[in-house]
Amino acid sequence: MEALYSSAIGILTAAGIYLVLRRRTFPVILGLTFLTYAVNLFLFASGRLVRNMPPLLDETTTPTDPLPQALVLTAIVISFGMTAVIVMLALGSWLSGKDDRIDQPADDGQPREGGQS
Amino acid sequence: MPLILIALLPFLGAFLPAVMIRGGRNAAALSAGSVTMAAFVGLMLHAPAVLRGEVITFRLDWMPVLGLNANFFLDGLGLLFAGLILGIGLLIILYARFYLDRADPMGAFYTYLLLFQGAMVGIVLSDNVLLMLVFWELTSLSSFLLIGYWKHLPEGRQGARMALVVTGMGGLALIGGMLILGQIAGSYDLTVILTQKAVIQAHPLYIPALLLILLGCFTKSAQFPFHFWLPHAMAAPTPVSAYLHSATMVKAGLFLMARLWPVMAGTDAWFMIVATTGLITMVLGALIALFKDDLKALLAFSTISHLGLVTMLLGFGTEIAAVVAIFHIINHATFKAALFMTAGIIDHEAGTRDIKRLGGLRRAMPITFVIGTLAALSMAGVPFLNGFLSKEMMLEEVTKTTWAGSPVTLSIVVTVAALLSAAYSFRFVVHVFFGPERHDYPHHPHDPGPGLWLSPAFLVVLVVAIGILPAAITGGIVASAGQAVIGAAELPYYSLKIWHGFTMALLMSVVAVVGGAALLALHGWIAPLWQRAPRPEAKVIFDAVMGACVAGARRVTTGLTNGSMTRYGAVFALTALIAGLAAWLSGTSAPPVRDMRAITPVDAIGWILLVVATLAALRLHHNRLVALVLVSIVGLVVAVTFVVYSAPDLALTQALVEVVTVLLLLLALDFLPRETPREDPMPVHLRDGAIAVTVGIAAALLTYAIQVSDFAFESISAYHLENSKTLGGGYNVVNVILVDFRAFDTYGEIIVLGIAALVIYAMTESILQSRAGRRLVDRPVKLDAAAELHPLMMVVATRVMMPIMLMVGIYIFLRGHNAPGGGFIAGLVISIAFLMQYMASGFEWAAARQRVPYHGLIGAGIIIATLTGVGSWLVERPFMTTNFGYFNLPFIEEFELATAALFDLGVLLCVFGAVMLALESFARLAHRRGERASPNAMDVDPSRDIVPDLAPNLAKET
Repeated sequence: MEALYSSAIGILTAAGIYLVLRRRTFPVILGLTFLTYAVNLFLFASGRLVRNMPPLLDETTTPTDPLPQALVLTAIVISFGMTAVIVMLALGSWLSGKDDRIDQPADDGQPREGGQS
Repeated sequence: MPLILIALLPFLGAFLPAVMIRGGRNAAALSAGSVTMAAFVGLMLHAPAVLRGEVITFRLDWMPVLGLNANFFLDGLGLLFAGLILGIGLLIILYARFYLDRADPMGAFYTYLLLFQGAMVGIVLSDNVLLMLVFWELTSLSSFLLIGYWKHLPEGRQGARMALVVTGMGGLALIGGMLILGQIAGSYDLTVILTQKAVIQAHPLYIPALLLILLGCFTKSAQFPFHFWLPHAMAAPTPVSAYLHSATMVKAGLFLMARLWPVMAGTDAWFMIVATTGLITMVLGALIALFKDDLKALLAFSTISHLGLVTMLLGFGTEIAAVVAIFHIINHATFKAALFMTAGIIDHEAGTRDIKRLGGLRRAMPITFVIGTLAALSMAGVPFLNGFLSKEMMLEEVTKTTWAGSPVTLSIVVTVAALLSAAYSFRFVVHVFFGPERHDYPHHPHDPGPGLWLSPAFLVVLVVAIGILPAAITGGIVASAGQAVIGAAELPYYSLKIWHGFTMALLMSVVAVVGGAALLALHGWIAPLWQRAPRPEAKVIFDAVMGACVAGARRVTTGLTNGSMTRYGAVFALTALIAGLAAWLSGTSAPPVRDMRAITPVDAIGWILLVVATLAALRLHHNRLVALVLVSIVGLVVAVTFVVYSAPDLALTQALVEVVTVLLLLLALDFLPRETPREDPMPVHLRDGAIAVTVGIAAALLTYAIQVSDFAFESISAYHLENSKTLGGGYNVVNVILVDFRAFDTYGEIIVLGIAALVIYAMTESILQSRAGRRLVDRPVKLDAAAELHPLMMVVATRVMMPIMLMVGIYIFLRGHNAPGGGFIAGLVISIAFLMQYMASGFEWAAARQRVPYHGLIGAGIIIATLTGVGSWLVERPFMTTNFGYFNLPFIEEFELATAALFDLGVLLCVFGAVMLALESFARLAHRRGERASPNAMDVDPSRDIVPDLAPNLAKET
């Protein structure tokens, strides 16, 4: 089972990175979502995978490691906030420029030559 | 007055002049003066005790973990320097009031001056070296403001920047040196460090520490080869030059060398570096000063020369030389500040300070003439003036010192320097005040009002008084400061008096003065030769070095960041891969001891679903809507994984977040193009694919390696499991960790979430206000949209669901402490309950019924969480300590009330507010111009559209 779980994380990571390396905003957002899944699953698994041992003290005498769960829980919520912000960024740049490429054009944002004295 | 107040008064009072300038320039000067006076009086109240040999201390723990404490102490050395800083500060404030032009912003000037003054006093009173470093940097910053005070002058700006670069660089070195010193001594308190001489000098890091500290001191005190910034800083107004560049800031380096003298001095390295640097600086400064035509440049190089003199004395490492150094610091401060002010007066009244254009001013400006002449003669080392005394004592020490293997070399070189010094001092008098009267001045020169000459006059009175009665006036402070410098109660024998008999030093003095006069006579003949001789121009070199640095930095920056996000992503992925590989190869890993679990049908189905959905998403991602659906399938598999592997809280959270994320992306897709164009050539795909596959394999292997081995270290989770019930009062350990053990983390996270939502809101606002926003609201209504936007079935269903979902939310919230649930999950459930109403009846209809703004909910959530945390203080427990108790109400089973639940309520409100605000912002973009809020919840309402038709019929029938 651990092999399946690990390979799933590998596939999610690879998919995430491939999509992040695309040049339009939307695939990059999807790629980040994939990466989020992979990272959350990875963190979660650092507590080791066990069945039927939720970290609830009145249901089981040998609860699983609660700490990765607490970390991942907030990570899921924060990742929603992060996704929302980058979607907003993507939307803003599309609406104002009708361009959803993420790379800066070559002639944009070059430092001005010559400083002030 | 407590020491900390003396150091802080100038800072606290710094805003006064800026405010009082509205009451006129006198009010600004008066306010600055009274602040300084108050600090000066506070200092002087300690003077009797310090002169008796006591050390005044003030201790305040600031960050004891870092060793950074607001500890101050006042001994003889501190008293001397603080007295100079505040005393001369008063004179400068008076002088500047009449020196600055009506057009100059005087309030800002005094504010900068007070900031600088506070930083200087802080340096000399600090006991803690880290605190001293803070003040040290503050002097660099505030002097930057003062040097660049005349912002319209390019020389002022360039000089300020050069001073900041050089002293700031030295400051960085100094930080390194001081940290090493503190590590060696085991404390950052000077009073402790100063007792560790043997330990420090035997330590292998003594030389690096020494070099770094000296780098800081030499840059600050303009020692060769860092002297070049000081002349360029002369672009500052003259009061600044007189204050910073003669009396105070440039002496900070000397102060630090004197302060650390007991533990750093006395070694060969110290002697070689410090004495030699001082000597070179002294000779070089004097030589250049002789040929400078600008009065302030002359004085600047003479200051460099005198700073070199004091450095050399400190470098000798003998106790008596250190005492002489102290004495010369006092004398130099008095005559040099007076000379700078004199130069300022001449510039002010005659309209020029170019020696070539000056001359014969003794009749036109008799008062200035007397002041300037006395101060300059003191600088030359003429008897009955204080400069003579310390120079004589210095020469005495020089004759006793062997340098470069010979007992005579040093004496000869120093005599030459003294000769040059006498020559430029005489030049200051002769070429400015004597000679034929001239009538080609830009202004008609005359003596200024007393406002300008009182300050230098006071200093010259001191020059003469010390020169005649040295022991009576300065004996006490020299002895006290001397004891502090050499760190011993017993002072070596010295005598502050004019006549020491016919000594070698006297002979050298006579040679210097007579030779100086002779050299001046030849000046007109030598100067053209000097001007023609090639020599390195410091500013050109400095500008070239700075230019090269800037160009290099720009090349690196533009080379690394060319604006290609794709490239950053690739670099990031590969860096993570290489770093992980390096860690893996260099570390050790636990052996695989854990058994593999069997694969159940659920596992297999989940894995297949996940892999198929992921691969399909990769294949079909150009169709964005399809890709979104596939991604959400993966999200659901992840949620199920959490269910299967004992994480009910995570499963709930994941499923709910999945819902809101998909909603969000759907809203966004409404505006973005539906298709991603196929634009990358095959090699790009292959390259990205290779990177992705490599990183993916690495991630998989790492996960697998972790899974099959046990914990390398004992986990802290056992503590959480054991104490969840007893300390946190909850059975759901995940929730207890979130709201109790790690509540501070959660607190930070909900704030981040709130900020993210507010950022989205702000960006929506800015888009709507922009041209893009106007285009957006003007876009045509889609004609192919569904005929029924708000269908009856959906509206009714969501209305029925709403109270149920709210109740579920509240239930999940309340039970969260003991069963899966809690504020995060409840917040998401309630958000979805509301979002459904938006979806069913439209944004306009829902927004019209919204009573509480979502920003307010975010704020309320954070305030509740904060107050819960602060509440622990009331029962004298640390921030965010949980209290809980069990209560019985009739008819209800025993229940628990914990402050953690209140904190969780804050989490709930914040999550709810953030999710709603984010989605609502997106929805607002969808609003078009001219669209009216539908007054009705649904498009077809039977009670409205059908029943009214029936009503008349029914009425007829009855």
